[in-house]
Amino acid sequence: MSSVRERLAQIVGKSYFSDAPEERFIYSRDPGLQKPHAPDFVVMPGSVEEVQEILRLANAEKIPVVPMGGGLVLSGLTIPLRGGIVLDMKRMNRMLEVNETSRYAVVEGGASQGMLKAYLEKHHPALKHSLPDAPPIATIAGNVAIHGSGHLSQSEGGFHSEMVTGLEVVLPTGEVVKLGSCSTVPGWFSRAPLPDLVGLFLGWNGTTGIITKIGVKLFPKPRLEDVLVFMTEDIETIPDIITRVTATELAEDLTLSIAPKPDWLRGFQLTIINVVANSESEMKFRKRVIIGTLSEGAYFHNKEAGFLPLPPNMKSTFMDAPQKILSSFADVMKGGGFEYVGSIMPVEKLPEACLAGVDIAERNDVAYSLGARVIGRGHCIMFFNAYPFNRADPDNMTRAARALEDTNEVALRIGGIPWKAEYSAQQQILKQMDPNTYRLMERIKKVLDPNGIMNPGNWEVEAYGI
Amino acid sequence: MEFEDIIHRCFRCGWCKLPQNFADINCPAYLHYRFETYSPGGRLWLIRAWLNGELNMSDRFQEILFSCATCKNCVEACALPKIKDLLVDIMIAAREEVVNRGVIPSPVREYFMGIQNRGNPMKRPQAERGMWADGLEIPRFDGHDYLFYVGDVGSFDESAVLMTRAVASLLGEAGISMGILAEEEMSDGNDVKALGERGLFEYIAVNNINLFKERGVGRIITLSPHAYNTMKNDYPLLGGNFEVYHYSQVLNSSLDRIPPGNLSVTVAYHDPCYLGRWNGEYYAPRSILGKIPGMNVVEMFRTMGNALCCGGGGGNYFTDMLGSGEESASRYRIREASESGAEVLAVACPICYKMLQDAVKDEGLDDSFRVMDLAQIVLESRRR
Amino acid sequence: MHGERGICRPSQERLQERSSPMYELKFDPLLCEQCESIDCVMKCQYIDMTLEKARDERLKLARGEHSTILEECVTCYACEEYCPYNNHPFYQIVELQEKLGVHPTPKPIEESQVRMMAPRGRIESEELTEPLIDLCFFPMLRGSIRGRLFEGASVIQGSDVFCNLMFLHFARNSVIKERLPLIIDNIMSYYLTRNNIEELICFHDECYGTYTKWAPAFGIEVPFKPVHLFEYFRRRLTELRSEIKPLDISIAYQRNCSTRLIPEIEDVLNDVFDLIGARRVKRRYDYENALCCGGPMEAQQRFDLAEENQNKNVNDMKEAGVTHCVFNCPFCFFTLMEKVSKAGIMPIMISDLCHQALGE
Repeated sequence: MSSVRERLAQIVGKSYFSDAPEERFIYSRDPGLQKPHAPDFVVMPGSVEEVQEILRLANAEKIPVVPMGGGLVLSGLTIPLRGGIVLDMKRMNRMLEVNETSRYAVVEGGASQGMLKAYLEKHHPALKHSLPDAPPIATIAGNVAIHGSGHLSQSEGGFHSEMVTGLEVVLPTGEVVKLGSCSTVPGWFSRAPLPDLVGLFLGWNGTTGIITKIGVKLFPKPRLEDVLVFMTEDIETIPDIITRVTATELAEDLTLSIAPKPDWLRGFQLTIINVVANSESEMKFRKRVIIGTLSEGAYFHNKEAGFLPLPPNMKSTFMDAPQKILSSFADVMKGGGFEYVGSIMPVEKLPEACLAGVDIAERNDVAYSLGARVIGRGHCIMFFNAYPFNRADPDNMTRAARALEDTNEVALRIGGIPWKAEYSAQQQILKQMDPNTYRLMERIKKVLDPNGIMNPGNWEVEAYGI
Repeated sequence: MEFEDIIHRCFRCGWCKLPQNFADINCPAYLHYRFETYSPGGRLWLIRAWLNGELNMSDRFQEILFSCATCKNCVEACALPKIKDLLVDIMIAAREEVVNRGVIPSPVREYFMGIQNRGNPMKRPQAERGMWADGLEIPRFDGHDYLFYVGDVGSFDESAVLMTRAVASLLGEAGISMGILAEEEMSDGNDVKALGERGLFEYIAVNNINLFKERGVGRIITLSPHAYNTMKNDYPLLGGNFEVYHYSQVLNSSLDRIPPGNLSVTVAYHDPCYLGRWNGEYYAPRSILGKIPGMNVVEMFRTMGNALCCGGGGGNYFTDMLGSGEESASRYRIREASESGAEVLAVACPICYKMLQDAVKDEGLDDSFRVMDLAQIVLESRRR
Repeated sequence: MHGERGICRPSQERLQERSSPMYELKFDPLLCEQCESIDCVMKCQYIDMTLEKARDERLKLARGEHSTILEECVTCYACEEYCPYNNHPFYQIVELQEKLGVHPTPKPIEESQVRMMAPRGRIESEELTEPLIDLCFFPMLRGSIRGRLFEGASVIQGSDVFCNLMFLHFARNSVIKERLPLIIDNIMSYYLTRNNIEELICFHDECYGTYTKWAPAFGIEVPFKPVHLFEYFRRRLTELRSEIKPLDISIAYQRNCSTRLIPEIEDVLNDVFDLIGARRVKRRYDYENALCCGGPMEAQQRFDLAEENQNKNVNDMKEAGVTHCVFNCPFCFFTLMEKVSKAGIMPIMISDLCHQALGE
């Protein structure tokens, strides 16, 4: 391996190469509960050419390669299951282009959510992008590649993967390919009308190539923001609430929070409705219509639901993007950790998912929080079961891990699909998947990655005889 | 190790890497090295692994541990309210553990030895400590209202002494009754403590406290925010209760006696970590600049609690654990200052002064951009 | 830490299971029968009835029967002030709402508030000095206790000393009955007795109203001496008279609901305003005619009414040409501060105004 070592150090420069125990320790883990697997090398490329050279080398030597953005997936997708080279992409973090009229931005593959937000605030204050609730160092490419979602998903067209206008990728065999309009004309404004190859790199857990540039849609940024919080006591009312609010087409983010803690929330649900507007009268109008539609529900008449009066400081936590308070969930067990299963499911499955979620947590004797984000105009939801754990309590960690496994199983049974699924959940998904679908995935992976070097272990059926 | 019981509570979520407005990477060590291991979260996880026997204290680990600039950006930005305030304390506690076991990088060892043997880490004789004041007629402290405490960098660094001279002269012009200790002055100990040599720090501090008490020192004006921090916050716990001021505070309240003249220049102010994030003093320096006629004061994108450290804290000025080069914090800061439209970067700390001046040279901006401390700016305005 | 069965629906049994202490309201139905003016209804700013209808409805209430008043009431406490016989018409409404299952606010909001504000049993004995300030359950106000105005003051606060009077807005008088004796006991045994202090200065006048008016109406004894914040200010500002620089400003006062229980405090308040040089301008919605801040109306989901009410109030302030709107109640402050500021008027707590007058 020493020649590989020397060549890698040559490609990225000695200061951006490491096989020291310290890097191998940290990069074998993410903040979630998945078991550690050590890389052989960690490198941080600074250019597309360096990425190409690394991949060519890896192919020649048949060494696994795992691309990594923020490393905040929590389900271990950046942990090298079979060792090899971890590519920490975050040095490639520049903002490349912003087109104000056609509203898109092009950034490098390691550019972070936070830095794009800051960049737009400073240079293009009339525009914003959809932010996930992940910590701000999470990368745009990484989030998009796992079909992330965020605060504009309800109002502006769904998952973040649906907001991609183009990609530049390096294939496992080292070629650089442009996808979308940028392949043919200057400008990263659209994937249509060309054959949509972008999808070959979204949701694949890095098994088909490495994203080095990404075009994302930008949206108008209204001046004013406010939030309405609708409190209910009956989970069965939630689908109707979602239907009503999405039908107004006047809300921005639409999320649910269902938690046993703090104590005053136990047994109740909060529907959090963010509203943005360009003027006071517009804001008033939007809120009035939203309040109006929910006041028509029987639950409202019967005093079984209502809008929570919010003092200003409470409001601002609901309007943060990204929401810092969600990261602090990691300290609930005073233990520095949480992991969640996010399942993409139809809206009407929410009550069942919620009841099942409580059951799983009780069975496994773990703390938990449940919630959902509405994607598109009520097209589906991302329902999450989050379990905080104490890093210093192995027994608690085991129970939380079991709760996560149960959740994956239950999600599939109910009719949802775990998002950014960890290795074992991928196996469950593949088991349930139509074999022809899986076979097509396999064929594509074979074409793009003939030597099977890209994040091996992912989307690989173990033992079902395919 | 102190804080051993909470070190597992770091989620490694990475909020600590950025400032609160997400402008750009704000942890000097992570900025320079870019491996996860050099970020605050990475460092904490490594320390825990070391305490658990999963990792050895290698040279690289020592580099990781001693490259923290103790700038407290992580304290500001951390998402976990119950542990954020303790983050830098944990880094320092880990350094203490390592120092106690004698496993430290040689630049750190040399720093301690210099202070222990000579009273300063500069490899200069203490007899020369007062030389910065040559030609200025600053009295030796003898019952004056204030002791003007200069510190190691302000006494010996050939760039920083220009700042020391400016501050001392200006305070003199303002009629402040103050004196210096000159060759009797010893290291304040702030960076010794930050580097984990608790025993040496206490020795230095107690010696200083005794000397100050002996001489009847009641009030102290410090040149450096580092000395300000330790004399204000640490010395009282060792029996040294003095009224401690940073020179910007005294200058601000005496400015009417030394009215500034007109100076039509665009200035940005760089918040020193030990004055700003460590001690919450964001106002006095800005107030000074605001009182200078003709001055156009701009704020950099990363300002106040979001300021990017110059990279010199945590002992780095002396040990150079953070290295230099294009990816160094000081050069990022100068680029940022230049982008803000400023022609002058105002500083209030001798370490910032030196680090940022060097960065101006390295960036090739010496023709168009200057780093000046507050006193130099006021003096220049008065001379015009 | 655990979830429980029925997580998504609160247990009905738990909601109803409550110990009912034997504190009865000192209410005399005969006084209502004899009343000719029915001031409680006729003077109400939110219910519009003829005298005849008002009498009918009032008598229904007096007999313990349902009346539309129970649903229409915005819980502004005003009728406590209007009743010429001190017959506690408002407390009686609240008791009847609870008895007949009328919920002014949505049930999830009501129940979560009951839980949120419950005493947590975290109280610890402390050494305290006078003046002793009761900050109730408003930790965010801790910063107000500073400077010469509060020199040497000690503070008590938290769920274990919370007066709970806010549950009058939620038709949960039983909660107050259940908790107040414990609260009083907490205050005495943890704080007052061991420190030999008799006077408790109530920062929020709702506490003062609880201890001096609500408690006696239900036969609950209060063994300490509550002092209204304004009385304390008057005392202290008189002491510091020479250090006051009069503010010379015109102000509007937002008279919160609990003032309705203690209207006699207005004289003291006006003395305080005189001392600090603040002119409480004559305006329509002040004193007996004051308007509720609208917070309770919003909790009742009556948003249009709240807005109309708030606009009337703020426009009245604007027309009176004031520079500041002075608050005593933090809840009024949070509810109105945005509207008041947008009208170009500075919202300010009375304690901060006094600090300003002292140059702090």
